[in-house]
Amino acid sequence: MARILAVDDSNSMRQMVSFTLKAAGHDVVEAVDGVEALGKAKNDTFDLVLSDVNMPNMNGIALIRELRALPSYSYTPILLLTTESEGEIKQEGKAAGATGWILKPFNPDRLLKLIKKVLD
Amino acid sequence: MDIDLEQFHRIFFEESLENLDSMETHLMDLQPGSEDAEFIDDIFRSAHSIKGGSATLGFTYISDFTHDLETLLDHVRMGARSISIADIDLLLQSVDCLRDIFSALVDGEEPKAEETCRLKGLFQCALSEDNGDVDAESDGIATQTDKVESNNVEAPNGKGWIIHFSPNIDILQSGNEPLRLFRELDELGELHVKAHLDELPQIHHCDAKECHMKWSLRLITDADKEVIDDIFEWVADDSAIEICSITEDKAVKPEQPDAEHIEDMRLMESSATSTNTSYSTQSRTKADVNPISLANNGTEAEIAKTVVSNKLQTATTPSQTQAEIISNKSKSDVSIRVSISKIDQLINMVGELVITQSMLSQISKDFSMADLQKLKKGLSELEHHTRQMQDRVMQIRMLPINYSFSRFPRTVRDLSKRLGKKINLLIKGEQTELDKTVMEKIGDPMVHLVRNAIDHGIEMPDQRLKLGKPEYGTITLNAYHLGGNVVIEISDDGAGLNKLKIIDKAISRGLIESTEDVSNEQIYAMIFEPGFSTVDTISDVSGRGVGMDVVRSNIQALNGHINVKSKEGEGSIFTIRLPLTLAIVDGQLLRVGGNTYILPLVSIVESMQVNKTMVNQVAGGGQVFHWRDEYIPIIHLSEAFGIHADYSSVTDGILIVVDCEHEKIGLLVDELLDQQQVVVKSLETNYRAVDGVSSATILGDGTVALILDILGIVKILHMKKAKIDTHITNLLGMHNRLDSNLMI
Repeated sequence: MARILAVDDSNSMRQMVSFTLKAAGHDVVEAVDGVEALGKAKNDTFDLVLSDVNMPNMNGIALIRELRALPSYSYTPILLLTTESEGEIKQEGKAAGATGWILKPFNPDRLLKLIKKVLD
Repeated sequence: MDIDLEQFHRIFFEESLENLDSMETHLMDLQPGSEDAEFIDDIFRSAHSIKGGSATLGFTYISDFTHDLETLLDHVRMGARSISIADIDLLLQSVDCLRDIFSALVDGEEPKAEETCRLKGLFQCALSEDNGDVDAESDGIATQTDKVESNNVEAPNGKGWIIHFSPNIDILQSGNEPLRLFRELDELGELHVKAHLDELPQIHHCDAKECHMKWSLRLITDADKEVIDDIFEWVADDSAIEICSITEDKAVKPEQPDAEHIEDMRLMESSATSTNTSYSTQSRTKADVNPISLANNGTEAEIAKTVVSNKLQTATTPSQTQAEIISNKSKSDVSIRVSISKIDQLINMVGELVITQSMLSQISKDFSMADLQKLKKGLSELEHHTRQMQDRVMQIRMLPINYSFSRFPRTVRDLSKRLGKKINLLIKGEQTELDKTVMEKIGDPMVHLVRNAIDHGIEMPDQRLKLGKPEYGTITLNAYHLGGNVVIEISDDGAGLNKLKIIDKAISRGLIESTEDVSNEQIYAMIFEPGFSTVDTISDVSGRGVGMDVVRSNIQALNGHINVKSKEGEGSIFTIRLPLTLAIVDGQLLRVGGNTYILPLVSIVESMQVNKTMVNQVAGGGQVFHWRDEYIPIIHLSEAFGIHADYSSVTDGILIVVDCEHEKIGLLVDELLDQQQVVVKSLETNYRAVDGVSSATILGDGTVALILDILGIVKILHMKKAKIDTHITNLLGMHNRLDSNLMI
């Protein structure tokens, strides 16, 4: 299955995402913020990046900009986990190069369904 | 997908039960007609987080139920509905119902559905009263969840959809891939795809990052437009997407060439041949040259093959069942909430430990006998810190008694309503801390006593008025630390215990033979005997006579004791005393002669220097002091403990007025010293129980100080002189032994 980078500063959220994905057979690497995620992304390859928006050090939007600037992540699907149902965050995320967004709260089914959209 | 989310369940259940508690509290505060927006918001928030959590974790029946609850609250919040008593009742019942569900889930049982069904009906009724013009779904999150659930449910608008999709040229760079979107559509039904390659640039101008293709799709499906929208959600903003139902499409744009085209096409291969061959070749050449472009753009041939052959096997996600909730987990694994400040204290303490340890290792490096004193000091500090730490760790288990008290407003409200009584509940000392285990075990006895007070204690309103009492009865819950004990008082201003009835019953049960030599206290204490009930008819509230003895044995099991005072026509007061061996007490240090004692700060009413005119001598040797229209007895601490005080007359000392079981007593001492928090050390553990002293503590300088038990001191003074002498001997012996036991 796919190799996924899960980025979220919230322990519980990250664990839940990670748990769900692992249960579905995916390979998951966790990061607590944008900086850690970027470091891990550079030294590894991922089929998908799932990132929270509001994080310390480097937020999700900044992370996407950094990742898109790397040749190896030009096409990699990057999904934002956001509670904002409307407006700015989505637009900002899109502008930065996000593939899409997943609204919190989500159940495991929905998470898996949504990531299936971007995985082969 | 069989996903086990149990690990999150537990946190969620606990969280939800807390939310329910707060909902209940706020509901109790709500007054019909004058609803406080803040309360409504708080209740709404609690309901909302339960709904969100349950939806996330797959408890759809809970989220469905809370949804109705939330809708009603939302109407209130929006001002479309003013909350009535019936509404509050309904909401309270829902809280109960949810609490039952969560308790069942915590215990690993299947929650019962009947109550939810009944309440759901009630909510529907209540909501149908409203005009329905308020949008219940004010938040996008909930809408989102609902949308997912409503998949494939609604009747189709037509038999399918025609979709014109012109993606943004940069679509691939956002990680989106048209092919995947088509696959998703394909899962919904029969999909026909036509690719438009008209705008494909010449091969040497091709950029693999860009997407120049457009598609027309025809999807035969029962799925809703929202489902289609969902699929295109992430690309909708920057791509041109037109979705119209097949019938509509024909009607509105009959001349639309693409649609016609699609109508004709059954197989994409035919479309490939019908398209300009040069483009077709071009795209294949491009594919040969640039594999990335093949992967990302997907040639028409590839799409044709994959889509039309209809062999896409993207596994569908089966809906997660809720069956997995039912699994037994151990009930003992409960968690406790600890305030950050307690944790911080612990961390501080660890810091101190580390410092002491490093000091010790410093000494041990080049140790000489000259350092012996230093070493001793270090070791004693180490022990001091370790003990403190031990105490602080135990403190983690301490919770304010409010956790237990907070359930009573509801009990009183419900019961008094049922019995037609009017009762106010007064809660005092809710911040008094108590060990969690003790708190849990004292809960049931307290419920029992409160129910008794409501059922038997407080009279009916008309009767009260006849007796010249206020219409509303009052039940008071109070908690405070008294010496080494936590005292919980449950009092009412009702009828009081019927002494004659108790005597009759006691005689008929053979507990006593006559009333001779039996004090009031002894008579009242009989209500704690097994099977003792003076109520003639058994109500469902109380009166089966299997209560008070259980109450007493429960309290005794905690090493506590209960007593009752009552006055007919004026009410009863039940006092539960529970030991609190591990507690930190705010203490007032005081000096008598060369000894330092500690009084719990809570028991001190006032302290002052005495004016001689206010002191009166009483025949028989006692002194009383005129204080605020009361005469209170003066007790010389030096006398009680047989020690020598510095003051020679009453006016030289300091008089501390203390509370002693609802009476005031003046303690005469030499001097007041510091106020400080002291760690209570049990005397029983280190020495043995001593009258007049509840426990001991170690002061900052390492000396032992005794914490006074006022009630005990009074008792001492009531003792005969001879007995006092032996007591003093005991006390002196204790001082010596304690020094060796407690001190380092």
